Amino acid sequence: MTTTLLAAEELNPLLPHTSEIIVGLISFLLLFLVLRRTAFPMFERVYAERTEKIEGGLKRAEEAQQEASDLKQRYEEQLAGLRAEAARIRDDARAEGAQIKAELRAQAEEEATRIRARGEEQLAAAREQAVRQLRAEVGGLSVQLAERIIGDSLADEARRSATVDAFLSELDGLAERREPTAAGGAS
Amino acid sequence: MTILATAPNPGFDAPGVEDFQLPPIFGDVTKPVLQLVLAAIIVYAFFAITSRRAQLVPGKAQFLGESLHGLVRNSIARDNIGPDFLKYVPYLTTLFAFILVNNLFGIIPFIQFPTFSHPGVPLRARRAHLADLQLRGIRKHGFMGYVRVSTWPPGVPWWVRIVLTPIEFLSNILLRPVTLSLRLFGNMFAGHLLLLVFILGGEYMLLHSEAIFLQIASPFAFALGIVFTFFEAFIQVVQAYVFTILTASYIGTVLAEEH
Repeated sequence: MTTTLLAAEELNPLLPHTSEIIVGLISFLLLFLVLRRTAFPMFERVYAERTEKIEGGLKRAEEAQQEASDLKQRYEEQLAGLRAEAARIRDDARAEGAQIKAELRAQAEEEATRIRARGEEQLAAAREQAVRQLRAEVGGLSVQLAERIIGDSLADEARRSATVDAFLSELDGLAERREPTAAGGAS
Repeated sequence: MTILATAPNPGFDAPGVEDFQLPPIFGDVTKPVLQLVLAAIIVYAFFAITSRRAQLVPGKAQFLGESLHGLVRNSIARDNIGPDFLKYVPYLTTLFAFILVNNLFGIIPFIQFPTFSHPGVPLRARRAHLADLQLRGIRKHGFMGYVRVSTWPPGVPWWVRIVLTPIEFLSNILLRPVTLSLRLFGNMFAGHLLLLVFILGGEYMLLHSEAIFLQIASPFAFALGIVFTFFEAFIQVVQAYVFTILTASYIGTVLAEEH
């Protein structure tokens, strides 16, 4: 009686046989448990490994990048320092050069002044000497001349000297008088 | 025991082809039709979710999707098609995922019906693809060229060709559309039938048989049903893989310069 029931049982368009569902559920559950013990942990491990690998790689790259940029910055700073240093040295040299030049010029000018002063002094001394010599010679010559003209010897020293002095001052006065005249005559 | 052998009607009514002819749910829509639609939705949803917000360091979902895609791309498409394989990877991945889901329906509780255990389903899908594939071959080599590439393998003595060329013609042009889908159908049909035999047989032994021995033995039937469910899970994955790899291989053959 039951067998005819089974044979006559219409197929459900959607659901499988009840027994099929029960066994299917048990099988599925078992399959799930087995896979959870075996396959899924392996996937999880691979996943973790891969993530670690990629992230590690990215991190390493980032670190290298950071290091490189740090290095670059340091070099640039160094370079800027060097550049400033060079500029400073150049400025110093220029200033020093200018100072040396100024010092040299001052020294040269001083020297020139000194030389000129000495020259003038020498000139003045020579002139004075010449004047003195001239004076003495002119005195002697004049006396000789006077002796020859007058013919008598003026033995008296005092008188001769007075006469010469008087003559000379007369000469001086003559010369002083002639000078402005000559200047006036030239103009 | 004797009931099974002698009595045709009052004994155990072994499951057969009629168990695969499910009545329509409404109109012409049957369970396999619903499953096809459901599988398409599942495959779409899977790849939509796993490829959303794709990042360099993949999340778990992306890892899953990439693994599947990578499997089809590297070990199925690249090894079988050759240099132009990238063009076919999307199709092959979809094919693999779609067949896999439809096969796994065979062991998902409450569904428990592998879509492709109905011979018309894979055949119909397969035919559309192969028409396309043969058109590609014809477009590449010309009609006669395609026939020649398919039936005229180089370096064969003429007296072998007398036998070989008709066989090649038969296998490559006429039968190829059928063989792949028949393999898939056969595997799914046989697997499902096996489960039905063990489970329905077990049910009959436990509930409807009057022989005490059968009632005692029934747990073994159920246990074997469970064992074969495991086996089926394996077969279903393998068959999806085989189907995809052979498809890739055919694509490679059609596109190859020399057969």
